[in-house]
Amino acid sequence: MAEKTITIKVLRYNPEQDQAPVFQAYQVPFSDDMSVLQALLFIKDELDETLSFRWSCRMAICGSCGMMINGNPKLSCKTFLRDIYPETVRVEALNHFPIERDLVVVMDDFIDKLERIQPYIIPAAPRSLAQGEYLQTPAQLEKYEQFSSCINCLLCYAACPQYGLNPEFIGPGALALLHRYNADSRDGASAQRMELVAAEEGVFNCTAVGYCSEVCPKHVDPANAVNQNKTTAAGNYFMSFLKPRGTSK
Amino acid sequence: MNRPLKRSNAPIFWGLFGAGGMLSALLGPVLVLITGLAVPMGLLFGADAMSYANMLAFAQHWLGKAFLFAIVSLFLWHAGHRIFHSLHDVGIHAGPGAKAVCYGGALLGTVIAALSLLSMGF
Amino acid sequence: MSKRRPYVRPMAGWWRKNPFFIEYMIHEGTALFVAAYALVLLAGLVCLALGEAAWNGWLGAMKHPLVILFHLVTLAMIAYHSWTWFKIMPKTMPPVVIGGKRLSAAMITGGGLAAVALASLLALGLFWGMTR
Repeated sequence: MAEKTITIKVLRYNPEQDQAPVFQAYQVPFSDDMSVLQALLFIKDELDETLSFRWSCRMAICGSCGMMINGNPKLSCKTFLRDIYPETVRVEALNHFPIERDLVVVMDDFIDKLERIQPYIIPAAPRSLAQGEYLQTPAQLEKYEQFSSCINCLLCYAACPQYGLNPEFIGPGALALLHRYNADSRDGASAQRMELVAAEEGVFNCTAVGYCSEVCPKHVDPANAVNQNKTTAAGNYFMSFLKPRGTSK
Repeated sequence: MNRPLKRSNAPIFWGLFGAGGMLSALLGPVLVLITGLAVPMGLLFGADAMSYANMLAFAQHWLGKAFLFAIVSLFLWHAGHRIFHSLHDVGIHAGPGAKAVCYGGALLGTVIAALSLLSMGF
Repeated sequence: MSKRRPYVRPMAGWWRKNPFFIEYMIHEGTALFVAAYALVLLAGLVCLALGEAAWNGWLGAMKHPLVILFHLVTLAMIAYHSWTWFKIMPKTMPPVVIGGKRLSAAMITGGGLAAVALASLLALGLFWGMTR
């Protein structure tokens, strides 16, 4: 019996040779338990060693292997050939990011944004060792827990047309993380982060498309984080007229 | 990186968008049904349900005035803000021109509605 | 010299490439009908302010078959706006916690649609009462 195969079309781009990306098709042996990442690894090991892509854990926690699979942002380790077969698998670099080479994107912009949101707990009043640990109730944990599941895989950015149209926008992932720290009872820096939330780069670029929350592989709801911050930013904006505090920083 | 941050004035327009969106979601369909279909087609209500006398009395009452003003102006602000963003979505740069048309139009409609309602007296 | 030459893909036509985005553009497009209906009402207000003859002219125009057709389409589009407005609500509003449990998305959307039904009945009743 002939071995079953599946066609994988990969968007290739070699900055040293190509003016623009082009698709290249590969025939890969198909089995029921193979992920798209495994198919790419097969191509790299057996068919074409020049193919470049990022991957690490193979179990949907490192966030490295995000790519467009048949037009949707997906983790390639978590997307199975059996769900696409016998159709062709079309693999492209994540939308809205510049392509470095093949499936590898330039993510400097996201890293810069991640730094700008101050993604760490900044306590309002630091506790000394003698004072002991910060205590938190289950209800307080509930407020931010889902947002702490983010693995920085960038699928939500590839799902966000507003980020694609205006890369100045801080974007869903970083804003979800910003909200994760703002909503943490141990953190006291939401006023500091407000400057960025309410800025022209901030939450008001979002038009509630909502696709970011659909594609998140870790069930984070970035759209909700962004829109909750619209409400607080608007409140803060109107309050600032009521009690002038001199010029803002 | 420390680029200077400029505070967005979007909350004003976003607030009006939200208020108009909520109002049109709640009352839009039934208002179209009444004013655009039932009354013109003579269904459900009496033939002169929207007679001059009826409507003038409604528009002269402060509550009716407030209702009509809120409906017309907030619908316009809601639509103006959404259309402004849609222009950006389809690649028409959201510059001063688009802003003037979308928000200027809503403002103009608001002023005309206010003047019309005020001229009818109380 | 660096061999780096990152390729930026164009955004043109992005919304045609995914059913999710097509739906988004349709529900954003309902704004055109909200605007058109607001302008119809605004014209009515101006006519009402101008006097009885102008008002009757506006009432007459509303009976034109094409205007009726316009209102039929507008009814469908604004109803679609209502549906999508409350469908996205669970994502756009802060979480509501009742009795220690977060209100589910279905409850929020359902509550919104129930509010539409209630507001519609109320408006119909009030209008009927006022014009009897």
